[in-house]
Amino acid sequence: MRTLIFRTIAPYLTSLMVLFSIFVLLRGHNEPGGGFIGGLIAASAFAIYGIACGVSPVRRALYFHPMAISGCGLLVSALSGLVSIFEEMPFLTGQWGVIEVLGVPVDISTVLFFDIGVYLVVVGSITSVALALEEREHA
Amino acid sequence: MAADGHWLTFLVLMLPFAGAAVAPFLVRSFGHNAAWLLALIPAFMFYHFTGFLSSVANGETVAAGYSWIPSLGVDFSWYIDGLSLTFALLITGIGALIVLYSGGYLKGHPHLGRFFSFILMFMGAMQGLVLADGFLTLFVFWELTSITSFLLIGFDHVREASRRAALQALIVTGLGGLSLLAGLLLIWNMTGLGSMSALLEAEGALREAPLYLAALLLVLGGAFTKSAQFPFHFWLPNAMEAPTPVSAYLHSATMVKAGVYLVMRLNPVMGDTVAWETILPVFGGTTLIVGTLLAVRQTDLKLMLAYTTVSSLGLLIMLTGFGSEKAAEAAVLYLVAHSMFKGALFMVAGGIDHETGTRDITKLGGIGRAMPITFAAAVLAAISMGGLPPFFGFLAKEEIYAGLWQGSGWSGLITLVAIVGNALMFAVGFAVALKPFTGPKVETPKHAHEGPILLWLGPLVLGLGGLLTALASPLSHRFISNPMASAVVGEPVEISISVVPHVGLPLLLSVMTIALGITAYLALARGREIMAGTLRTIGWGPDLGFDQAIGGTVRISSTVTRVVQSGRLDYYMTATFIALALALFVPMILFGELPALPDFPSLRFYEWTVLAIAFIGLGAVLHARDRLTAIVSLGIQGFAVALLFMLLGAPDLSFTQFMVETLSVVILALVMTRLRLSPTDHRPTGEKAGDIAIAAVCGATLGLMLLRVTQIPFDDTLSAFFAENSRAIAHGRNIVNVIIVDFRGLDTLGEIAVVMIAGLAILALVRIRAGKPADARKGGG
Repeated sequence: MRTLIFRTIAPYLTSLMVLFSIFVLLRGHNEPGGGFIGGLIAASAFAIYGIACGVSPVRRALYFHPMAISGCGLLVSALSGLVSIFEEMPFLTGQWGVIEVLGVPVDISTVLFFDIGVYLVVVGSITSVALALEEREHA
Repeated sequence: MAADGHWLTFLVLMLPFAGAAVAPFLVRSFGHNAAWLLALIPAFMFYHFTGFLSSVANGETVAAGYSWIPSLGVDFSWYIDGLSLTFALLITGIGALIVLYSGGYLKGHPHLGRFFSFILMFMGAMQGLVLADGFLTLFVFWELTSITSFLLIGFDHVREASRRAALQALIVTGLGGLSLLAGLLLIWNMTGLGSMSALLEAEGALREAPLYLAALLLVLGGAFTKSAQFPFHFWLPNAMEAPTPVSAYLHSATMVKAGVYLVMRLNPVMGDTVAWETILPVFGGTTLIVGTLLAVRQTDLKLMLAYTTVSSLGLLIMLTGFGSEKAAEAAVLYLVAHSMFKGALFMVAGGIDHETGTRDITKLGGIGRAMPITFAAAVLAAISMGGLPPFFGFLAKEEIYAGLWQGSGWSGLITLVAIVGNALMFAVGFAVALKPFTGPKVETPKHAHEGPILLWLGPLVLGLGGLLTALASPLSHRFISNPMASAVVGEPVEISISVVPHVGLPLLLSVMTIALGITAYLALARGREIMAGTLRTIGWGPDLGFDQAIGGTVRISSTVTRVVQSGRLDYYMTATFIALALALFVPMILFGELPALPDFPSLRFYEWTVLAIAFIGLGAVLHARDRLTAIVSLGIQGFAVALLFMLLGAPDLSFTQFMVETLSVVILALVMTRLRLSPTDHRPTGEKAGDIAIAAVCGATLGLMLLRVTQIPFDDTLSAFFAENSRAIAHGRNIVNVIIVDFRGLDTLGEIAVVMIAGLAILALVRIRAGKPADARKGGG
């Protein structure tokens, strides 16, 4: 798999795919997309990077262990559900607010953080499986 | 329902748990002297409860609490009457002494802080148990006592015997706890009453309920396991593996009385029936006799006391279930007396062990001169245990005989059981209190001398307590015995017994008991040999039975596992797909739900093209010579389906399908290289044919089911709801995503947890070094 072309393109392809996955994640609430699909895209991006350039560059680039990323995601999702308790509403009731970014009002919600959590869980779990499998291939 | 003044009681209920949290830090700062500070916690609780004495003596009760789970009508509530108040005073009063004693007994132990934490947690649980009003409150505290008892018995966790005893106690009492829960829920269901106070008010409701007997048996299942009734008694002597303060506190004075408490609590509403008055005396009486006989057999001071505790618990159950008012009063008096003298004797045994290095009664003698205060405490306690005047135990015994003897054959039998049991307990009690201290001096592993104040304060106070409560019997009756007995009987009763002996039948029976007891004391060594021989002859007991039951369970489960989990992936897959095919196909045939033949579809040209691509992919899978080609070809088919989704207006689904297909191909390819499968398929023709058949049936039934589903009129209630509300309620236009992250967020949370756990599991599997590559190759099929 380590052809020159593939290896040269892989980093760019991966960055583009990760960028695209975040775009898909964020637009998910109104357009096709969301955390799950975004996570799958990012996971396949890392899998491609791993196939092209070996596992250790991917691990270096990710910095955290993919399973830790997954765990964080689960925590983020669970915590985002807890926010509603302070408003005396049931667990996981979406809370909405508006913040101004550079003068533009942006809707922000606990649901978004929930979705980010989903994204992280999917990226982390699948990447860690894929990387572990790739690692054994070269071992 | 919470009134203003009750927050203090709530605070007292929670105080021991707070104490448990700070105990390790206090020990770090003050060493074993932290006991003095920590004893203030139960002391304060004791003081708080003394405040209720006079009002409860006047027949008042307190029922209060907070709403806990309002949607289920569950309250966190407590109920203070004579019964629970006496228990609370015993738990906190003896608790304070035990905390002090623990400080002396475990001085310098590296985990002393942890020990204090456990014992305070237990104290909180036990206190909650006896004060609980709501059934669920009761159950939660009941289980909490089992768990803390587990921690305390297994405190010395490096020894296997400790771990076994802890586990055994947990399993026996835990099973009993489940039985109790079932019983309480049954009562709740039948009567609609979810708390003790409500049940006590509606007196006859439970007795006339249709499933009274079932509820009774379930509740007794809880009470008998907790209170170590025969044949569940075996865990209690084994629990003596715990440090002595634990044995003194949990396994004599408090926790094992939880079952007795429950029976006493339910006596007004469940008692007075044939079942109640048969089951309780029979089990209680058997336990009494078996316990004392086994106690005679022992040479270890703690085990002797443990078996007499078993028999005392049997006596209490027998008295409570006997049915006469005086017998219930006797149970009350004996319970209070027992908590004091048995707690004291346990602490004495621990003190002897601590100072001499042995607890074997045959290796002890003549240490009375060296340990005079401990000796005094032991004698005081033993006199009360033997039922001699002027001690509280005497009052209890007089009342027992007055309550049991009614002139009939049944009461005669029960009285006889009580006499034999009491006489043997007399003998064992004095053996523990006299043998080590008197006679010629015997060399012990450590040179005996009086222990520090922490070690003798507790037993001395409890020993004297047995004397003072008897001398001031009008006072102790007014504030303790009468209110408690009234709660047990269910109507106000007056106990009049005092230390002044009344000539009469009870006194005669007492004298008989004492005479018999002295004979047994003198013949104890001989009795021990006889009992040892008998037990050897029998050669089996519930303790061994427990091991056999556990061993059997392990064997059965490993056999089942071996059958179900053969470890061969192809078996798993075959079984899964056959099950799938059957589950889909059989109901469809049985209920005549086969789909009608659909019309020939009128598709557009490009839709035909995509379908053709899918079929080409499938054909390629079937014709592929090696596995990698097959995997990639399967991907072609998947992509074609994804395209169809896109064309038919399901962009989200199609999107996901694309990604899933991509990743499946990548991961399957990686797995294949990882498993070092041979590149081509080597299945024999017969196996191939079987697999083809299964695959074909699965595919066909799935197809049929989908056809059938689309032929059923479409119910669009849900779609309409989501279309209408996803923007309005959840601020999102993408319905699919809104459902995932908002409407059904909890499902998603569960699913991502599963994804993560599956990821962890796969990671673990991948990391296992393939020990036998040959097997892996063969197993891959």
